[in-house]
Amino acid sequence: MPGNARKATLAALLAGTVLVAPALGDESAELIIEGEVMITRAPAPEHMEYIDEILSGWVFRSDETQAVQMDDFDNPGMLYVDEGLDLWNVTEGEAGESCASCHGDIESMRGVRTQMPHVNEDGELWAMEDYVNNCRTERMEAEEWGWESHQMLSMTTAISYQSRGMPMNVQIDGEAAEFWEQGRELYYTRFGQLDLSCANCHEDNYGNMLRADHLSQGQLNGFPVYRLKWAGVGSIHRRLRGCITDTRAETFGRGSDELTVLELYVSSRGNGLSVEAPSVRN
Amino acid sequence: MEGVRPRVRVDRATEAGETVEVKTLISHPMESGLRRNGDGDLIPRQIINRFTAEFNGEMVIDIAVEPSVSTNPYFEFDAIVPEPGTFTFTWYDDDGDIYTSTNDQSF
Repeated sequence: MPGNARKATLAALLAGTVLVAPALGDESAELIIEGEVMITRAPAPEHMEYIDEILSGWVFRSDETQAVQMDDFDNPGMLYVDEGLDLWNVTEGEAGESCASCHGDIESMRGVRTQMPHVNEDGELWAMEDYVNNCRTERMEAEEWGWESHQMLSMTTAISYQSRGMPMNVQIDGEAAEFWEQGRELYYTRFGQLDLSCANCHEDNYGNMLRADHLSQGQLNGFPVYRLKWAGVGSIHRRLRGCITDTRAETFGRGSDELTVLELYVSSRGNGLSVEAPSVRN
Repeated sequence: MEGVRPRVRVDRATEAGETVEVKTLISHPMESGLRRNGDGDLIPRQIINRFTAEFNGEMVIDIAVEPSVSTNPYFEFDAIVPEPGTFTFTWYDDDGDIYTSTNDQSF
């Protein structure tokens, strides 16, 4: 009897598999935004041993989600860009400075996103959020912004948008080598009750279904990303935390050294893919 | 509500009577009033409850918006441009605030 019951369940599961076909997008589609062709496929960087071709997360999304990113008006992430552009010119803090006072037009930020995270003058690895907050506290003498605050997300999105279309190109040698090694170590470390490393899903199983989710390579070139699930833009560290929490592990804090080195390593796996900020994902 | 940002994109008509595509988007949390916070209390409803588009004072579309509409409401529709003039788009917030945006059509 238990055997029969089990068979029946299995049959039901199989039937379910057939009926609930996942909504997969066109994996060979080209991402063209405002006439600009984005690099969504590229040869893997030399340091990657197990993957030959790197793929933007956009490739893995459904037709509908792909379409939202192809039109800047439809893309709700552009709301954050607009807001960031406004904030760029806002004078705040004791020093009476705005971003524009030192940096001029925000177009001067072109290329910055492709190199983040980056080793600063003091030899520390900084994410873009760290650079923004450093400017705020040191140069503007203003309050720090929270890592996931609306202002910070708007600013990082507007800055990243300046690099849209440029290939990711984070430094992994020289002073960055040590951090990169730490990030690589974390990437292949199994975490949580489910005992999963980043690689188990995003290297061994990308392209496969994790229940209803079409697993991508976990690339960061689209960040900051507008996630339909979040109904808003979120940071790289928010996403990394989400993944680690999904393994049922205690996760690392936003802005922690662990997440920043992991960000560097994962970004380096996408060297060659276009910055898509603000991208749209499910 | 602070920080609400309307966006509008309208095709440009080249002659009277032409049909143009209108796309509108507004940043708004659209809090449904059905969710609870960490303490178990209901988060008060705050949504855009009405959206209208007028052309030279004449109503083009008048939409009653309900709580199930998601964050950052997006409306897209076609409209006929009978003469040169101005589209006026208006969003009505539950808190009484009104947000507007305009688009000029000349040919």
